[in-house]
Amino acid sequence: MEQQSPLFLPAALTVSELTRYLRQLMENDELLQDIWVYGEISNFKRHTSGHIYLTLKDSEASLRAVIWRNIAERIKLPLQDGMAVEAHGYISIYERDGQYQLYINMIRAAGEGRLFQEFLRLKERLAAEGWFDEERKRPLPQRPHKIGIVTSPTGAALQDMLNTLSQRYPLAEVVIAPCLVQGLEAPDDIVRALRNINRLEQPDVIILARGGGSLEDLWAFNDERVVQAVVKSAAPVVSGIGHDTDFTLADFAADQRAPTPTGAAVMATPDKTELMTEIETLCHRLNQYLETTIENEKSSLSALSHRLGRVSPLWKTQNEFQRLDQIMWRIERAIQHQLDIRRTRWSGVEKQLQTLNPLDILQRGFAIVTKTDGTLVRNCSDVEIDEELNIRLSDGQIGARVTQKE
Amino acid sequence: MSASPVPVEQLSYEQAFAELESIVASLETEQKSLEEAIALFERGQLLAKHCQTLLENAELRIRQLSKPEEEENTEG
Repeated sequence: MEQQSPLFLPAALTVSELTRYLRQLMENDELLQDIWVYGEISNFKRHTSGHIYLTLKDSEASLRAVIWRNIAERIKLPLQDGMAVEAHGYISIYERDGQYQLYINMIRAAGEGRLFQEFLRLKERLAAEGWFDEERKRPLPQRPHKIGIVTSPTGAALQDMLNTLSQRYPLAEVVIAPCLVQGLEAPDDIVRALRNINRLEQPDVIILARGGGSLEDLWAFNDERVVQAVVKSAAPVVSGIGHDTDFTLADFAADQRAPTPTGAAVMATPDKTELMTEIETLCHRLNQYLETTIENEKSSLSALSHRLGRVSPLWKTQNEFQRLDQIMWRIERAIQHQLDIRRTRWSGVEKQLQTLNPLDILQRGFAIVTKTDGTLVRNCSDVEIDEELNIRLSDGQIGARVTQKE
Repeated sequence: MSASPVPVEQLSYEQAFAELESIVASLETEQKSLEEAIALFERGQLLAKHCQTLLENAELRIRQLSKPEEEENTEG
């Protein structure tokens, strides 16, 4: 069907045309497209499809409303008939029934808007007074001996925390200070529990916790008295209030804020396996120390025994032996030297001797003449005629007789 | 270290661990005689073993703080 412009409306409209016209009017209205409506829930129905149908009413009027499944799934607030709520969404028409209705995309308990404004004002004031200053915050003990828990004794949060603590750090002693965590009396009860546990037990750390809930449910933790008690607590406080998206003023005041009660139990304690590793590391250092010590002792021992050897009589004797050897060696060298000198001289004498050897002369053609008794014949007068003589030549002897003298 | 240290079995985890830490630190930083060092080493080993045993066998002790003021209110 072709779209009709409102400027050219025919005289009679079909029901569909009128309805569509009205719908467009509504959908073009800024106020109706982004609106908060306050009212009480009635005729609450959750269809099997997951969509929610309900009526918002006050004493004089009622408004049909729908929450589509994808939005309904994300709503934490347990909606029911009679509940006063503030719903946000847009107004449009369900054409088939000619019914205008609120298409809800956000819903909160009535008063939450006011509560939130109050929360912001108080937060600003307490922050200005220094309650939330980082410098005020204390470190948590690494190995808490005694852990105080301030929470509701019946909530699932407590059981979750106890499970976490016994898995992570079973060495601890846990003291639970039960208190109300919701309602008008809760702030005073929380304050008293914090004071009592500090006074009576002197825990090393305190966990202040509460399971998830609406802003109104968590309101006690935004109370100024509770904030003050957290700041004044003798033991450091870890807060774990609501879910990770919830922030209360007690969270801001706590020495550490965890997103959930379980998270707070984790934050407050060391992990067993990490402790085991710590011990192993120390053992390792201990062993290493012993090894190096023994190594050092060994090497200083061997250095000592070396030095001892040098001062022992044995060493002295050896030293003397060496000196003796050195002397002997010097003596030998001196003797050798003397021998060498003599040897050189001797060979000179030998040469001299050689030149004087009469036999050499014989080789040059001279002869030696001796008498038969061996006496050397030097002059003619030494011999008689007919006397037998001996003539020695280079290669032998000749017997001769003197025949003539001149 | 004193001449007669507390028997290791009587120490709490925190005490044993703290002593183990201080033994290791003093061994690593101070000059010791060999005899003294070995004695400390042996005690350190006992302490480590003790810590491990405590950690393995520990069970979380849980108690509830009585609420004196409220009891007065309900009973009185």
